[in-house]
Amino acid sequence: MAEHKKSNKGLVCVLILASILLVVVPFLALRGAEFGGSDDAGSQMVNEVTGTEYEPWFTPVLENLIGGEIPGEIESLIFCVQTGIGVGILAFCFGYLVARKKYSRGQEE
Amino acid sequence: MNKWSKSEKGLLFAVTLAAAVYVCGLDTKAMHIMEGYLPAGYCIAWGAVCLPFLAAGYLRIRKLVKEQKKALILLAMSGAFIFVISSLKIPSVTGSCSHMTGTGLGAILFGPSTVSILGIIVLVFQAVLLAHGGLTTLGANTFSMAIAGPLFSFGIYKLGVRFGWNRKAVIFAAAFLGDLLTYCVTSIQLALAYPSETGGVAASAVKFLGVFAPTQLPLAVLEGILTVLIVIGMESFAAPELRAIGFFRKEKTDGRA
Repeated sequence: MAEHKKSNKGLVCVLILASILLVVVPFLALRGAEFGGSDDAGSQMVNEVTGTEYEPWFTPVLENLIGGEIPGEIESLIFCVQTGIGVGILAFCFGYLVARKKYSRGQEE
Repeated sequence: MNKWSKSEKGLLFAVTLAAAVYVCGLDTKAMHIMEGYLPAGYCIAWGAVCLPFLAAGYLRIRKLVKEQKKALILLAMSGAFIFVISSLKIPSVTGSCSHMTGTGLGAILFGPSTVSILGIIVLVFQAVLLAHGGLTTLGANTFSMAIAGPLFSFGIYKLGVRFGWNRKAVIFAAAFLGDLLTYCVTSIQLALAYPSETGGVAASAVKFLGVFAPTQLPLAVLEGILTVLIVIGMESFAAPELRAIGFFRKEKTDGRA
């Protein structure tokens, strides 16, 4: 069991490192790239394929409501809210599980 | 696993039938597809295709709440995982950003129908608040991200477990391929709605894939890695819950992981 855990630890470190590299490397390697959304690239492609500027027939609800595009800062705020909700739940659950394991050691398993 | 009660079966059947009628009544030709970027017919058609899955997912979750309260924490974590992962826009090798789906985890743990519910929650959140994706394209996006991708992940995972391959490798492959498939399906959905004038649907699909695939490839790898990481975490701390949903069952025969 102990050995099995150890090998997991190594693997976890390698995986975390790899995931950080995956994000950082393109960012550093492509200096000056725009990093726009690929969804927008998709809409450009629609224009290219159909040969005409495609007119979306429905605008997002919120954009209708405020009569324009959502300001960039607000958009990042809402994205953060989404991340926050997710991280909050995940952290709470893992906290609960870790503590449970810690304080019930010897009783279970 | 799929033992529905009679009334549940009835509901499933009715919804499937309604969906089928819906689709047949239409003139069928057809990352997140942008709001207003799919003709209305396609929006309805894709939505109809999703309905049976969503209904099945609803029933599965209701059953889970009733019979396996213990496992709910895993369900919450799978949902939260999707929330986090799909909110992170990650720079990729092509110089544009995209985000992952995060649906692989839930698909592996609970099966694809359950994930369709988790996925649609996220998609509605993004469509309403973020103008990301959209309400009209909700059906199409749900199909690609919350149904097709997870279904594929689930298939890969089951296959891998059956052959007794290394569990972590299988989980990685399932999440990785599920993510990629999501974007393939998106490309095909766009291509169906916008066939190229010269090459038809196929040529158009290749073009859309050309936009999404190179960006998505590294992100799919990342999604695979993150999914493996969180499963390792769950295995170390949530073993009783995982046992409750039958996650460990196959492992015993394998005796290794």
